[in-house]
Amino acid sequence: MSVPTYFYIFLSALLFLIGALGVLLRRNALVIFMCIELMLNAVNLALVAFGTARQSLDGQVIALLVMAVAAAEVAVGLGLIITIFRHQDTVDVDEVKLLKG
Amino acid sequence: MVEMILFILIGLVAVAAAVGVVAQRNVMYSGLLLVLNFVCLAALYILMNAQFVGIVQIIVYAGALMVLFLFTIMLLSGKRTEEAQGGLPAQGPLAALFAAVLGVEVLLLTSGWRGAAQAGSGVNLGSVQALAGVLFTRYLWAFEATGLLLVIAVVGVVYLVKGGPGSGARG
Repeated sequence: MSVPTYFYIFLSALLFLIGALGVLLRRNALVIFMCIELMLNAVNLALVAFGTARQSLDGQVIALLVMAVAAAEVAVGLGLIITIFRHQDTVDVDEVKLLKG
Repeated sequence: MVEMILFILIGLVAVAAAVGVVAQRNVMYSGLLLVLNFVCLAALYILMNAQFVGIVQIIVYAGALMVLFLFTIMLLSGKRTEEAQGGLPAQGPLAALFAAVLGVEVLLLTSGWRGAAQAGSGVNLGSVQALAGVLFTRYLWAFEATGLLLVIAVVGVVYLVKGGPGSGARG
């Protein structure tokens, strides 16, 4: 007996929710970034689950492309965080307020 | 039945690790719990017969990306990476409110979806051969565009961190 697809979808929704909550609650830029990764992974899980349910490979291919985009995003994001840390000496997103009027 | 038990066990570990990432005060522990979450998701992919995606998940996410993350944490640690208490007024309740709204929305969207019962016949569905057949035909342009995106990201990061004009020029 295999696992019904909506179990996977429920788990994916739960993980996405935890990631969104982390982005809203935490103020450390690195942790916020990790929570974004959590959300991307949750979406990947849903994609693969739907693809398996429909006996189609499209979901898995899109999941692979999402992974590549996530890799690019992590590289750029960590570069930004390091640059901000050099200039402001902090990774707390509440203290980075150069543009605040 | 075995699959169901495995799914529940792995799913519980994945959710616990995700909660740990958010709740943990120490950034280093957050990163390591995130690795645990990625490995759990890879196990779930393999459970769904998506072997190649599972292996790529371990190599790319739990391997490469997390090395990058942990490297950055080590680079910045010790100097004020712990966050101060306090912050925005009513951040907690507002976050809980928004998360509740989002949760209800997602559950409403997904609860209507039952679809076909998952057939267990797709044994070869996640094999490298089958995946490559689709990736290099129907999704060829998306694949090439992803390569271009990665190149642009690498060049951008080097420019960003080594210092372009007006960014301190420390490179």
